Amino acid sequence: MSSKPMSVEELEKMAVIIRCDIIDMICTAAAGHPGGSLSATDVVTALYFRIMRIDPENPDWPDRDRFILSKGHACPVWYAALAERGYFDKSHLKTLRQMGSILQGHPDMRKTPGIDMTTGSLGHGLSAGLGMALSAKLQQKDYHVFVVIGDGESQEGSIWEASMAAPRFKLDNLTAILDYNHLQNDDSVDDIMPIHPVIDKWQAFGWNVIDIDGHDMVQVVQALEEARSHQGAPTIIVANTVKGKGVSYMENVCEWHGKAPCQDEADQALEELRR
Amino acid sequence: MTINHYHYLRPEINSLLASDELFAKAEQQPTRYSYAEAMLELGEKNPKVVVLDADVSKSIKTNEFADKFPDRSFNFGIAEQNMMAAAAGMATTGLIPYATTYAVFASMRALDMVRNSIHYPKLNVKIAASHGGITPGPDGVTHQGQEDLSIIRAIANSTIIAPADPATTKLAVWAAAEYDGPVYLSFTRDPVPAIFDLNYPFKIGRAVTVRDGSDASIIANRDLVVQALIAAEHLAAKGLNVRVIDCHTLKPLDADVVLAAAAETGAIVTAENNVFYGGLGSAVAEVLVENNPIPMKRIGVRDTFAESGPYLDLLEKYGLSAKHIAAAVEEVIERK
Ligand SMILES: Cc1ncc(C[n+]2csc(CCOP(=O)(O)OP(=O)(O)O)c2C)c(N)n1
Ligand SMILES: [Mg+2]
Repeated sequence: MSSKPMSVEELEKMAVIIRCDIIDMICTAAAGHPGGSLSATDVVTALYFRIMRIDPENPDWPDRDRFILSKGHACPVWYAALAERGYFDKSHLKTLRQMGSILQGHPDMRKTPGIDMTTGSLGHGLSAGLGMALSAKLQQKDYHVFVVIGDGESQEGSIWEASMAAPRFKLDNLTAILDYNHLQNDDSVDDIMPIHPVIDKWQAFGWNVIDIDGHDMVQVVQALEEARSHQGAPTIIVANTVKGKGVSYMENVCEWHGKAPCQDEADQALEELRR
Repeated sequence: MTINHYHYLRPEINSLLASDELFAKAEQQPTRYSYAEAMLELGEKNPKVVVLDADVSKSIKTNEFADKFPDRSFNFGIAEQNMMAAAAGMATTGLIPYATTYAVFASMRALDMVRNSIHYPKLNVKIAASHGGITPGPDGVTHQGQEDLSIIRAIANSTIIAPADPATTKLAVWAAAEYDGPVYLSFTRDPVPAIFDLNYPFKIGRAVTVRDGSDASIIANRDLVVQALIAAEHLAAKGLNVRVIDCHTLKPLDADVVLAAAAETGAIVTAENNVFYGGLGSAVAEVLVENNPIPMKRIGVRDTFAESGPYLDLLEKYGLSAKHIAAAVEEVIERK
């Protein structure tokens, strides 16, 4: 079934591989969203290679843990993790966004093995995850649902509708991870429409809140394990991250939200990442 | 030779239409940028105009309006519903808000606000919707606004304009400001050729014949107007003389021009980069079936979602290109 959970050191190495895949993929497609893919990489790597109960041979296994990338534009990180985990051949990564590809510009659960929910319109994923978690309770299944949301995405009202509902239904089988990278499409989240104090808000809505450095693999793993075992209420992990993490010229630069690196830029990025 | 058949075309386009190199050589621009340019001039002229954004201002380039008129620009963040209802509120005070986002989010995420808070009270809100049809190719289905024109058309008090190119986009944006009531403006994500001059006689609700012809008529909107022109040029080589009508205003539909085309050419093809339910094809069919049911065929997205891919390749795959329009014209002429 599933392979042995990775150690923190192995996870750190895998995160480098996945970041390289992201750069390669977006460079080849000449379109896509590198910034938010790189900021979410450590969390997604920990989930797929250590935390989640999954079977890449059997992507529709009813008892599997679910993962939803609610900020669907960052799907290159999801595709890379799925490919490295063996859900499909890595050669598909080169077909991102091309006609006929299993790898759409935004995640498509009908085209890509391992994608548990179609996303791309922001603010849907937490509600979808809530639905899956409710089903687990009803059907007495013990799978856990993990949902990554964006900080810009958190401006959508629907995020707060889900935020209100999950504690109401006592969904301790639901974990949200906020990719708190402080940038959105147009500018910084603080300048466009601030969401702070984010910890207070989620606590006030009844969530168990864990505040971590989203690039420290020890903290990421610990937080996810704690979230999984927390009883009585849903958990949100506020993962403080850097948009474009790992590529010097992309880090904290808004323009790299939705821009593809050219070949020279990609080469530099790969060199920095592998260093 | 064909030059007299056309109206309001830029000379460059005249010569490129038959060449198969139109998209390679013609000057072009995504009409979302033409909208943003038009707003810079409009902001200058009309102090009541304000722009509302929802975190895609850099994509549409309304961030340039924000730079020029910082007091009259409001970025709501990723919160389209809040933006639309706020636009309604602003309009009650006499301002003219242009609420700007992508078509899927303008027409579907915020639809309840658009219907109940904007159209029902007939408030003076302009809804600027980029990424119309399957023009946002590579982003894929979640960003391809292929239903918005049909959805908004179903709402009472709506006026819908889907201009074909950069020049007519500007004219539409300016005309909308002069009209008191909601206007839904539809733009492309991907570049389209600059086919028309600014001397184009733009009037809301008035369809424009841009190519004369008597064997059949193509009635098109937004990015398929240029495809219709290419189709007509190919058909001319086969000896068929086809009228092309730029039906930029989907609602109210110019029934006079439709019925004249029916009477004078006897066969009609509609062409829209939008689902073929409820949009231009349906609107024209409704007029024809009650008045003059001549042979007709609709080109549009056929009850399917598209996929990620280059815009022009998607037009081919989903049956919306000049080739498909030309085949449809031959078919309706056959049925005359
Ligand atoms: C409902 C909706 N509105 C707008 C968009 C366009 N859009 C795509 S990504 C993005 C910014 C997302 O910012 P954030 O959630 O902070 O993501 P990250 O920084 O992690 O990339 C926007 C506005 C969308 N996909 N969905
Ligand atoms: Mg962000």
